[in-house]
Formats: sequence, structure tokens, C-alpha cells
Amino acid sequence: MSDTTMDRLASHMPKFLRRADTAVVTAFACIILLLFLGSLYSSSFLSPAYLLQQLKVASFLGVIATGMMLVILLGHIDLSVPWTVAVGAMMGCAAAAYGPVGVALAVPFGICCGMMIGLVNGIGVAYLRIPAMIVTLATNAVAQGLMVVYTGGYSPQDSAPGSMRYLATGFTIPGIPNAVIIWALIGAVMVFLLTRTSFGRAVYGIGNRERAAYLSGLDTRRIVMIAFAISGGLSAFGGVLLAGYASKASQSMGDEYLLPAIAAVVLGGTSILGGRGSYLGTVAGVILITLLQSILSVMQMPEAGRQIIYGVVIVVMLLLYGRTPANR
Amino acid sequence: MNEAAPLLRMEGISKRYGGVRALEHADLSVSPGRIHAILGENGAGKSTLIKIMAGVVAPDEGRMTMDGHEVSFGSPAAANEAGIVCVFQELSLIPDLSVADNIVISDPPLRFGMIDRRAQRRIAEEALARAGASDIHPQALVKDLPLSRRQMVEIAKALARKPRILILDEATSALTATDVSRIFDVLKRLRSEGLALLYISHRMNEIEELADECTVFRNGSNVATYAAGSKTDNEVVEMMIGREYSHVFPPKSDRPKSDAAPVLECRKLSWTDRLNDISLSVRAGEVVGLGGLDGQGQRELLLAFFGVLRGLTGEILVNGKPASISSPAAAKQDEIGMALIPEDRKTEGLMLPMTVRENLSFTALDRVTKAGVIDRTAEQALIDDMVKLLAIKTAGLDIPVGALSGGNQQKVVIAKWLMRQPRIILLNDPTRGIDVGTKQEMYQLLRKLADAGAAIVFYSTDYDELIGCCDRVLVLYDGAIKRELVGDEITERALIASALNIEGEGAAMAGEARP
Amino acid sequence: MREWRYWFAEQRGTLLALGIFILMFIIYTSNHPAGLTANVVQTASNKGVLLAFVAMAQTLVVLTAGIDLSVGMIFILTNCLASWLVVGTGIETAFGVVAVLGTGALCGAINGAIVIFGRLQPIVTTIATGAIYFGIALLLRPFPGGSVNEHLADALTGKLFGVVPTSLVVLLAVVLVVWVPFSRSVLGRAAYAAGSSEIAAYMSGVPLLRAKFAAYTLAGTLAATGGLFLTFFTYTGEAALASGNAYTLFSIAAVVLGGVSLYGGRGSAIGAIFGALAFRTIGDLLFVFDFDPLWQPLFQGVVLLFAVSLGAFGLFRVRNRLDWFQ
Repeated sequence: MSDTTMDRLASHMPKFLRRADTAVVTAFACIILLLFLGSLYSSSFLSPAYLLQQLKVASFLGVIATGMMLVILLGHIDLSVPWTVAVGAMMGCAAAAYGPVGVALAVPFGICCGMMIGLVNGIGVAYLRIPAMIVTLATNAVAQGLMVVYTGGYSPQDSAPGSMRYLATGFTIPGIPNAVIIWALIGAVMVFLLTRTSFGRAVYGIGNRERAAYLSGLDTRRIVMIAFAISGGLSAFGGVLLAGYASKASQSMGDEYLLPAIAAVVLGGTSILGGRGSYLGTVAGVILITLLQSILSVMQMPEAGRQIIYGVVIVVMLLLYGRTPANR
Repeated sequence: MNEAAPLLRMEGISKRYGGVRALEHADLSVSPGRIHAILGENGAGKSTLIKIMAGVVAPDEGRMTMDGHEVSFGSPAAANEAGIVCVFQELSLIPDLSVADNIVISDPPLRFGMIDRRAQRRIAEEALARAGASDIHPQALVKDLPLSRRQMVEIAKALARKPRILILDEATSALTATDVSRIFDVLKRLRSEGLALLYISHRMNEIEELADECTVFRNGSNVATYAAGSKTDNEVVEMMIGREYSHVFPPKSDRPKSDAAPVLECRKLSWTDRLNDISLSVRAGEVVGLGGLDGQGQRELLLAFFGVLRGLTGEILVNGKPASISSPAAAKQDEIGMALIPEDRKTEGLMLPMTVRENLSFTALDRVTKAGVIDRTAEQALIDDMVKLLAIKTAGLDIPVGALSGGNQQKVVIAKWLMRQPRIILLNDPTRGIDVGTKQEMYQLLRKLADAGAAIVFYSTDYDELIGCCDRVLVLYDGAIKRELVGDEITERALIASALNIEGEGAAMAGEARP
Repeated sequence: MREWRYWFAEQRGTLLALGIFILMFIIYTSNHPAGLTANVVQTASNKGVLLAFVAMAQTLVVLTAGIDLSVGMIFILTNCLASWLVVGTGIETAFGVVAVLGTGALCGAINGAIVIFGRLQPIVTTIATGAIYFGIALLLRPFPGGSVNEHLADALTGKLFGVVPTSLVVLLAVVLVVWVPFSRSVLGRAAYAAGSSEIAAYMSGVPLLRAKFAAYTLAGTLAATGGLFLTFFTYTGEAALASGNAYTLFSIAAVVLGGVSLYGGRGSAIGAIFGALAFRTIGDLLFVFDFDPLWQPLFQGVVLLFAVSLGAFGLFRVRNRLDWFQ
């Protein structure tokens, strides 16, 4: 049992809070704190319209962070998010330029391209046993290269088809943005996958001790490969939604999602070493980061200040509940 | 009976890990020029006491005095300064560094602030020679050496530090007989030079040869200290377990062997240089033991059956049909029905942070899932059966399996495989580090499984187990089957003789053991 | 004869990186329109040395089984700082240089302190501190600007005796003064031990904490050296996010190409230097072969993917599948 500061505090808290994961509780507590701070700055901060807007923006990061969480649970990491997001967006938009069939298939096509990238990552990590950090770095570079060639170095010209725009900005249920519903659906599927299926058990087992999982008769390599493919697909889907939101794709649209995705997963209590973590924590982490970013922009904090605060917050929160236990 | 005043005294030492009391007001006295053996089951506290003495962990209570002054060690380095050196079972060698680097690692010779490689090499060569291991090249990387060589390097490294107190914690488990006798000579010589030696071991014959006095630990405290040789082995074991003791093995089966094809068979199985032309067969209902010294290919043979090794030549047959097993996933399928209880339960058998429930159902998930979704009721039913069958003692099914005792952890490993009702059960030294009570339960279980028709291959480093549990024992040497002992032929003398590759039973050599 | 075999096995990664670099460089210069001239070598060296410093920094941390995703940001931060401080008279410039290097060391020390005493994982720690360092860089230089002592800059980016690029000489000097003493010191040995097996290192009484701290701090200083040199080349300070990210990621690539194991305990900064130089040269090969610069990122990416897959060939020799898993 790790003996963190928060755990010690937790032993003084009421029972129902104690049973929940310390990290998740802390993350939600910070969200409440941020909401409070935001309301001090501007009374409209707590208005439902603004909160829904935040949730919508968070959905994009949320979809991407879902895939990242899966990979981190395995004890790996996916650094190919930036350009997988871009590929999903650009390929989705590109397909739409090919007539009605293209428009219909735009979204699945974008996602499939992302899954291809994820598959390459998965094969490299699982079958070629190359460290995930370096494989995903390389595929990110290749994806970038491919997109540069495709667009001829210019900004992508194709605009997002109606389907993508509808997914990102439409309202199937009046009042709730589609993007939020999509995130909720994906989240629900991921929770189900992780808690009620043998695939989920396998993921946790591999993240904890791949050797033991292998000797228990699990085809661990295939599971790792599939997980990376899912992560790639989700990153690309995030790109599709982003393109729908902005009505087009852009060159470095994915760059600003990599570190927040990792941070969101880790701040939500998922161990970067793998084997431990719940999706609720990732949800909290995503909302936390989105709120933090939006408060900083409401305060009109210059980029410099935003970066510094961003970094400090992550370090401080992890010092509260992300420390590895002492040795003696 | 101490001629010399104690060099080190530990009094009233207590240590807790979470809710578990590892040591409870334990005492120990160490005198110079004597070899002091420490016995006790795993979990009795001897390893923890040693770690406190060596500065690896800090005690919660109690005091240590050395040369009459009170001391406490904040780290292994501090203990080393005081002259206390501990040899663990190869835990303290850095794999990616060379033998020479490792030997001088705590105190390398320096020149202008940088490590003097030539002086380091010389020191290493001396240390290796003194330990009787001059066959080891100082530039070799530790990770490229086999376990027995690594243990010799570990011992050479300890000796190079010129200790006043040397602690050997099960440090000879993988050594060859020649290594062991050389080490014993070195230790006896050092004893006459005034070294105080603490020797933790389970091997009664080694303790008999070396020790001057013995101390038994049970439940975290020192229960007895006596001169070596003054108690019988049974008395000693009774002190270790705190109750009446006699080896109880379930009676072996004397049913006539059926004429059916053997369940598991291999022909001329070879693999790199570790397995040489092995042919054996196991019938349903048989318990076949693998004997011999550590590292003669027993582990590799089990891995070979289980589909873990590549580049195997030869054939493996299951139920008379050739089987090509390329992974544990293939081995566990119902057509083959194999199970392997692996060597190290903490890193190969269990996912320690995951719950007891999750670990138990891990291997048999395909039996309780429909379209990938786990049927929790079915899972619960299977788990309940297993917990009852094996009498697994746990505070709940949803606590991490790492919180269970060693014996219960091993039960979880076995239970998770029994859920598949395997036809072939391979066991890789399953009772290592398990308390005596659980061991007895396991012997009963094995015999029951065999009687129900399973074919069992059982590797053990404990002669008593091989004699008590197995219908047949195959003694391996250098990757090949040296001898097959059947039924009454299985005696300790015969096992040791064939293990050492000595022909005939009349050889009176090291290890003339008592039953 | 056996002696050579052991030394060879130990240096294998570095020698391989050297081989790759030499091969790439030969292809480069033989196809360069200007051929193997001093100017060509100088330009190549100046660009390569930048990444080499950052790669050396990354090596130090990777050896301890950590990773430093903030090296690129320390590089940028020290560049911006240098554009303020490394100006003026000789004394002022000298003070500026010291201050810049000291800042790098401080950044590295902060990383080390959080990882070692805060007991946080290096990957997330350095992601966060990288953001902080970049923020500070933005504060220093919201827009590109500043200047640098031009005499010093020209001297260090020019040529010695008209042939040898000074930047290479400086790199060599840094290797001799920083890497060699460190790798042979007790702390350096301890850093290797920490990466190879922290438990065994602790049991052996190795000064783990000090070694890791030294590794992170030295890494920051080396990244700062790179930042200094960037200022010497560009004469300005610029808080370029893309550039910082690129240097971080390329440093990891260089380290892997240089035979340093990402799991720690194995490899040498010299290998990482060759990895960096090889990586840079590969990027330039396109220019030399007159390919459309549009293809450069793709080419670089494919080469990187191929290079890191090379290690997978060792898999064929694996006989016990358990070796695949930790």
C-alpha cells in the first residue's frame, strides 16, 4: 500500500469518499476549486451555457485521452497523437472531396487511417519489442511526412464535410452538444471494455506483469497491438471532430493535444507504469485540464504564464498523489 | 559457550510491514571466529533481521551494539563501513557492468578522481582467486554469466571487502558441488582468522559441516540457540514450526499402470546446449519427479513442454499424437490441456497488485466469457469452488493478491490453473519458500489430482519431496537424463549420487545425508 | 585476444553508430555539389553539434533509466537567456556564459529533485517542467530578438586553421572535460548502476541519489551548452515551441541510434553524438540528392522508423520467449 499524503488525509474522510480512488477524488475536488476560482473572475463562469461549452471543448481532448489511457494502462505510451489527429482530420476532409460516396465514408475513412497508424505502432511495440516511446515517435514523423507530401506543404485545402461538422457542433439532443454525447458514448464503451470484458482484464494484467500474463496463456502481443490500433483510431476520431469544429483541418492541429492527453490520464490517477487506473479518473483529468486552460484564457493570461501554471499544477498535483512509495 | 565476547548484539528488535509483524523483540549475538547458522521457515523473520543488520531496512524498535557501542545503519553502505557485509542470492550484482566493476563497486580504487581500471582489475582477480573462482573473466558482463558463476562473483565481492561479519543468506543454492566445497574451505580459513559468519540455509548437511552454533527463528523471535550437532533434525524442525512434526506424505498409488498411451511424451528433445536428447513419458495418474542439481535443464524442460522455447529439436507428443506447441496459449487449450506452475510466483505466476478474484480467473477467462463479456456469476461460482478446494485463506476476494502470505499466493497460482481441469500439470519448484503446513496440503492435492487421472511432472530441489511424492524420478545432469529411479529406488543417497554424476551407490562423497 | 572481445561487446552500440554516421557522411559529401570542402564540413558540423549537445544531455538521463522530455525546452530557454546576457565586454560575456550554463544546471537540478526526492516518474515530471521552462523562455523573448557577442559567436562557429570546424573542437572538448571524467567517476558508474538495476545498486551501497541528481544536473548544463551555441549561430533568441519539441524528440532518436538503451544501464554519450550527427546527415541527404524538400520530413521519418526497427533483428536469436517480457 502506498503511503501518500492524500491517503493519509483520506483516512480521516467519510467512508464513501474513502472507497473511491484517492486520485479521482482529488481531481474532482480540484475541478470544484477551479470552478470556484473561475466564478470569482466572472459571474458567467458557472452559467450552464459556459459549462456546456467547456464540456464540448473537453470532448475533443476526452476522445483522444481515452485512447491514450488504454495504451498507458498497458505500460506503454503513444507519442504519435499529434499527427494521427492531423491524419484523421485531413484524410477525412480529403475523402469528402470524392463525391457523395466520399462524403459518406469520410469519417470512417479518417478513423481507419488512424487505426492503420496505430496498427504499425502496435506491431512495432508488441512484435518487434521496440520501446513504445521510440516507435510512436517514428510513426509520428512518418505521418507528418506523408501529410506534408499530400498537402504539398500548404495548409490543407479541403473543408470538412457536413457529417464531420454535425458530429462536432450539432445538437441531436436539444441542449447537449453532439461532441459531448460522442465522448460519453465512447467513454461508456471503454468503461465496459475495461471492467466487464476479458480484453479489459487482459489489459490490466499485461500492464501489471506481462510475463505473468503470457505464462497464464494470454496472447499478450495481439492484445497490445489491438490496443494501439484502438488508440490510433480514437486519436484520428478526435481529429475528425476537431476538423468538424473548425470546418477544416490544419497543419499542426494535433500538437497541442499530446501533452494534455498524457497529463489528463496521469492526473486522473492512472499510473504511467501501467496496470492501474480507472476511466472516471481520466474524465476528471480531461475536465480539469480543459477548465484550467479556459480559466487561464478568461484571465487573459499570456501564453508564457499559461505554460508555467500548467506545468506547476501538474507537478504539484502529482506530488500529492502520484508518488512512488519510499523504499525503507 | 563463547570464548570471545560477542562482536555484535541485537536486542529487542521489532519490525512491522503494514499489519504484519516480521520481527517481535528478536535477539541475536554474533561472536568472532565462529560460524553461526540461522534456521527458520520463510516469514520467520531471519531475512528481516539480516536486512536490519546489513542496513537495508530500519528497525521500528530495539538496539544494536557493536564492539560495545550502540550502532545503527542507515544504509547498506553504512553497514559495510562497520565491517558487516551481506551476500544475498545475486540481488546485488549490476547486470550491465562487468565482474570487475561489480566486485569493487562500493569502494573503487581511484586515480585523479576517476576509477583506476587497472587497479580494479587486479583487485577483482585477487578476490576471484581467493573465492576459488579464477575461471571467471573479470571483463565479462554479469548478465552473460550463468547463475552459479554470478553467485561466486557475489561471494568474491563480499570477501574483497574484508568483512568482520559476513552474512550468507541462502547464497549457495545454485552452486555446483565443487564450488560449495571450495567456498567452505575459504569460510573455514576465514573463521580461523577471526571472521564472524552468519549462515542462513535450509540445507542441514551444509549446516552440519560448517556451523559452530545454531539459532532457530519462529514467528519473528529467537526461540533457541544451541551448539551445532546437539539436536536431531526432527527436533530442529519442530522448533522451526512449533509443533510436532513428521514428514507426512500421502501414500503413493499402487494401481496397475494402464496400457493407454502416455499422456505426455517427448523424444530426443534438444535445445541449445541446455537440453540434450531427452526422451521421457508420463502416464495418466503418474507423478514424475525431476531431480538433480540446480540448473541442469529441469526448468528448461518444463518450459519446453509449455511452448515457451524456440528452436526445439525433437518431438513432443500428447496422448500419443505429435503436438506442436508454440506458446502457453496453445499449451493451455483443451486439446492439450497443459498447466505450468512457474518458478517465481511474484513475477511469473501472479499480478500482485490485482485482486485475488482477478488473478484466480485469469487463466480460465475463456470459460466464463460469452463474446468477450465476462459472466460474473459463472466466474464467482468457479472461484468459490477453488477457494474451498484449496482452502485459500484470504481476507476477501477483492484485496490485492500481494497481501496474501506466500503459501496462499502459491495456492492462488495453483487454483487458477486447476480451474481449467488440466490433463498435464507441470510444477516448477512449487514449494520453495512455503510454510510446512501449506506444503503438506499441496502434497495431498498432488496425489489427489494424480489419482483423478492427471499426469504430473514435478521439479523440486527438496529431496524429501521427490522421495515422498513421486512415483518415478528422473535425475538430470547437464541437460540429459542421467538416471531413472522407480518406487523404492528413490532414496536420498541415490538421488545425490546421480545428481553429482557419480556412478554407483557405494560412493561415499560429500552430502552423505541422514534421512 | 579475449580482452578485445569483451571491450568490443561493450562498445558495440557506439561503434555501430559511428559506422552509420561515417557511411551517411560519405554518401553526403560524395554527392554534395561542393564536395568534401571545409565549408561543407563546417556547416554540417555546426548543425550537427547542436543536436549532439542535446543528445548528450538526454543520454545522461536515459542511462539512469529515466527520460528527459524537457531538454528541448532547456535548450530554448538558455538560447533566449543568452540573447540577453552573452553580450557586451569580455567580462560581461564571460559572466553571461556562466549564468546561462548555470541556468541549465538549475533546470536540470529541478528535474532531478522532483524525480528523486518527489519520487515522481521522469516522463511526466519532465513534461511538466518542460512547459514551465518554455513559459519562462516566452517571458524572456515574447518575440525573437536580442543579440550576442559577435566575436565569440564567430570564433566558436568558424574554423580553426581554416579547416577544422571550431564547433567540433568545442564538442570534443566538452566530451573530454565532462563526459569522460563523469563516466569514469564513482558517480558515473553509479548512474549506470542505477539504470541497470536500482535494487542491486542500493544493496551494493552505491551513491544512487547523488548519481541521479548529478546526471539530471549535468544534462541540463549540456542542453544549455547547446542553447548557447544556437545563440552563436542565429545571433538571436527565439522561444520556438516547435523547435524545442523537435530537439527533444530528435535527441531521443539520436540516443537510440547511438546504441544507448532506453531501459538504462547501457551505452555511451559518444554513441549518442554519432547518432545525432548521423541523424542530421540523413536529413541533409535529400538536399544533396536534389529531392524535393517536400519529401524531407517523410524521408527522415522513414529512416528513423527503419533505424529503430534494426534492433528487432536481435529477436531472431532469442530462444526463450520469456526474454521478450519483463
